[in-house]
Amino acid sequence: MNTLELVFYLFAFIVVLSAMGVVFSRKLMYSAFSLLFTFFGVAGLYAVLNADFLAVVQIMIYVGGILVLIIFGVMLTSKVTGVDIVSGGTGKTLYIGSTVVSAAMLFFLTYLYNTVNWHLPEVTKYSETSLDAIGNLLLTKYVLTFLVAAILLLIAFIGAALIARKGN
Amino acid sequence: MESNIILQLFGDNIWSYLIIVAIPLVFVIIYALVAILGELKVASWVQDRLGPMRTGWKGVIQPIAEVVKLLQKEDITPKNVNKPLFNTAPFVMFVGSFAAFAVIPFSSKFIPADLNVGLFYVFAVSSFAVIGILMGGWSSNNKYSMLGGIRSAAQMISYEIPMALSILAIAALSQSLNMNTIIELQNGGFWNWNIFGGSGPWYKLLFLPFTLILFLIYFIGSLAETNRTPFDIPEGESEIVAGYHTEYSGMKFAMFFFAEYANMFVVSALVTIMFFGGWQSPFGDFLNDPIMQIVWFLLKSMFFVFVQIWLRWTLPRVRVDQLMYITWKVMLPFAFIAFLGIATWAMLKP
Repeated sequence: MNTLELVFYLFAFIVVLSAMGVVFSRKLMYSAFSLLFTFFGVAGLYAVLNADFLAVVQIMIYVGGILVLIIFGVMLTSKVTGVDIVSGGTGKTLYIGSTVVSAAMLFFLTYLYNTVNWHLPEVTKYSETSLDAIGNLLLTKYVLTFLVAAILLLIAFIGAALIARKGN
Repeated sequence: MESNIILQLFGDNIWSYLIIVAIPLVFVIIYALVAILGELKVASWVQDRLGPMRTGWKGVIQPIAEVVKLLQKEDITPKNVNKPLFNTAPFVMFVGSFAAFAVIPFSSKFIPADLNVGLFYVFAVSSFAVIGILMGGWSSNNKYSMLGGIRSAAQMISYEIPMALSILAIAALSQSLNMNTIIELQNGGFWNWNIFGGSGPWYKLLFLPFTLILFLIYFIGSLAETNRTPFDIPEGESEIVAGYHTEYSGMKFAMFFFAEYANMFVVSALVTIMFFGGWQSPFGDFLNDPIMQIVWFLLKSMFFVFVQIWLRWTLPRVRVDQLMYITWKVMLPFAFIAFLGIATWAMLKP
């Protein structure tokens, strides 16, 4: 096992452990903060896979944006209602049912993974970084998608401002 | 990696990587001591008093005394705090500010990780600080901490936007996000620093207003990002005791403290890299060897740390509504205009 693999398993371990924390902890706040380590681990995995830009974007968007939003939501609502938010326990039927379904899914996916003849594309090794390639593709091949996404975000932004102003 | 002297000296093995990681850590500790002394002395200079005078010559070993005091203080964990989160928060905070040191080039021969997305990376890891502050504020089970945490998060998220625009402008100007590339483009004396529009013919001065605006926006934003006065409402003593670190004491408080000072250096270093030529000597090739580059870099960065301290003891604190007004209604439009100006210059540049 070389160093890179070691780092990969380290990040994978962080991701799995913290994701389990997200799912299994009863307090919503713990779940939210557990998500921090999941996002961080996934960013690390991207970095190991040479996708440096994606790794940074992962931290930027998920940790800096979405996670803060989630924490804000949980923090503000739990103080407003005055109840500690905990995720409810599931009944025994649900518990067994979901276990069976997940196990079946796992089996099915493993089966697929092992039997299907995957057609893998040639790995394109970009000279220095994925950054230049992403920039070029965004402004040439995917420029329409890029613009549509930008306009969508702008609409959401204006809408949010409008809703926030309504009170005044 | 030719940009790293340590790898050249000791070879590509795990020990040299450990050394590379350790150098910024040692630097942060030494720097924090200097900055504490600077804070005390600048404060007393501004307020026309002597400051600490009894610990060593003119009080120069006062910061060591302060740190020893913090270390031997009892580590109190209040009874009703949320223990796991309360104990994790200082670490998250410190990780956030220390992670930024990974891409800060102290010299052309020493940059811990020569990332191609360096500038963007620094910006991204600063969001860890928001999480750390929210974690500390929420878990302390204290109204003041909670308020401080929320204020801080709102402030940092808002100020990130104009700051991102000024980083974007620098990226457009240098056509790169790599720290070393950005600095190398500013070679040949202070005339070619990005604050003067980078290297180019004389009419780059027409774009001087835009670069100046961007610099000011970035610097003001960085003050808000590090919770320094005039934007220290997350820890406004007269309103909410000490904000998110009200309940912290001893070693854990020291972690918050170190993180704040490390952050101050990071933003100052970024100002230096983005607008003032990083490790470039101001006189072109004169005194521009790798060792002197460290000196230039530290001089420039410490100057901005000094400006931050100076501002802290000069300016009053802004109100929360004023804070939001400044970023959304003043800085953001100016940042957009300045970004357009710089983008035009980047396009026209020969």
